[in-house]
Amino acid sequence: MDGIHDMGGMHGFGKVATEKDEPVFHTPWEGRCLALNRAMGAIGAWSIDEGRAGIEALPPDVYLASSYYGKWALRLENMVVARGLAGADEIAAGHALRSGNRLNRKLQTADVPRTLARGSFGRTPQAAARFKVGDRVRAKNIHPPTHTRLPRYARGRLGVIEAIRGCHVFPDSVAIGAGENPQWLYTVLFEGRELWGEASDPTLKVSIEAFEPYLDPAS
Amino acid sequence: MADDHDHSDHPAHASELSEMQLRVRALETVLAEKGYVDAAALDAMIEAYETRIGPHNGAAVVAKAWTDPAFKQALLADATKAVQSLGLISRVGDHLIAVENTPTTHNMIVCTLCSCYPWEVLGLPPVWYKSAPYRSRAVNDPRGVLADFGLSLPRDVQIRVWDSTAETRFIVLPMRPSGTEGWNDERLAALVTRDCMIGTGLPKSPQEAA
Repeated sequence: MDGIHDMGGMHGFGKVATEKDEPVFHTPWEGRCLALNRAMGAIGAWSIDEGRAGIEALPPDVYLASSYYGKWALRLENMVVARGLAGADEIAAGHALRSGNRLNRKLQTADVPRTLARGSFGRTPQAAARFKVGDRVRAKNIHPPTHTRLPRYARGRLGVIEAIRGCHVFPDSVAIGAGENPQWLYTVLFEGRELWGEASDPTLKVSIEAFEPYLDPAS
Repeated sequence: MADDHDHSDHPAHASELSEMQLRVRALETVLAEKGYVDAAALDAMIEAYETRIGPHNGAAVVAKAWTDPAFKQALLADATKAVQSLGLISRVGDHLIAVENTPTTHNMIVCTLCSCYPWEVLGLPPVWYKSAPYRSRAVNDPRGVLADFGLSLPRDVQIRVWDSTAETRFIVLPMRPSGTEGWNDERLAALVTRDCMIGTGLPKSPQEAA
């Protein structure tokens, strides 16, 4: 979706503000919020792509005004309610008003180390890769209203296949409940001037990780 | 509850604090009462991120690559496998990719769409990495971003920005600082900052570290 989350190349956000000796969490609720989100993901309440789509579904003004973990908390609320795992009335009340565990599983302490490792998103290919290293490709000019990982700034732009990363779970499919639909994943390299015009820094090159359905061959 | 004592000076969202603290507490209570989450498991996860998973792991990887050419080669060929071989982390996730800085190319990592970051080797990302200024500008004004970090690179150095738009994750292998000949891995690792593995900084010089 063409949402506020797709920030690459936007102007007006100002300087990058760093914080010396930044703590891992600024306040304990941030850690609880991270852990709650991860724990729900670990028991399969939703996938990483559905979770990202949940963040992107926040209204733009809320997205910009919320801190990072603030967004995670809102996403968690929205998703447990949308999936019928808990009621909005229960969250408002601060305790369960009805019994019922719709998942029949929870993350146990002994399983935590396993959840700290990233999952594997590589899958067995169903077809040969369409592109090879060095091929010229053009990112499609697509604007799906649903989740996609093709950033706006690359759409319609000409790039070169720099690497083939294997066949991976396709976020655009998973996020709409259409299954993993694995696709070849490529690193596609763009010249700064192709993305940003003549005024671009001439020494700039930018790559994206692009799934095969995002790309058309270019001569 | 773990969030009963809050002494935060979180910069931008002071008014959000008490409200968020209450909301997250309500969520945890409801989800625990429903049987979906277990407080002790949440504690264990938080403890891991606060103590064991952090940029010290990445620093050890970089230092090893500086002193062991075979390891460096393995790291650049398959970072998941190479990092796994060091035994720092119980299991390294798939699709980790190390990108090497050279005298002519400087690499920088960003996630313009969200906040993808190599958690296992660098820990949780700092606030600035997830912020709108960094995510918006890294891809079209990387030298401006580097200036915000106090870093100025020669005009003839190519800037290569990696936008982490899939489940591949990147770590920058910075150049070894001069004046460190004969140093062991442990001394070298102390020069390796988090930012130099993202590409918004350079390793410390021996003088800075002294």
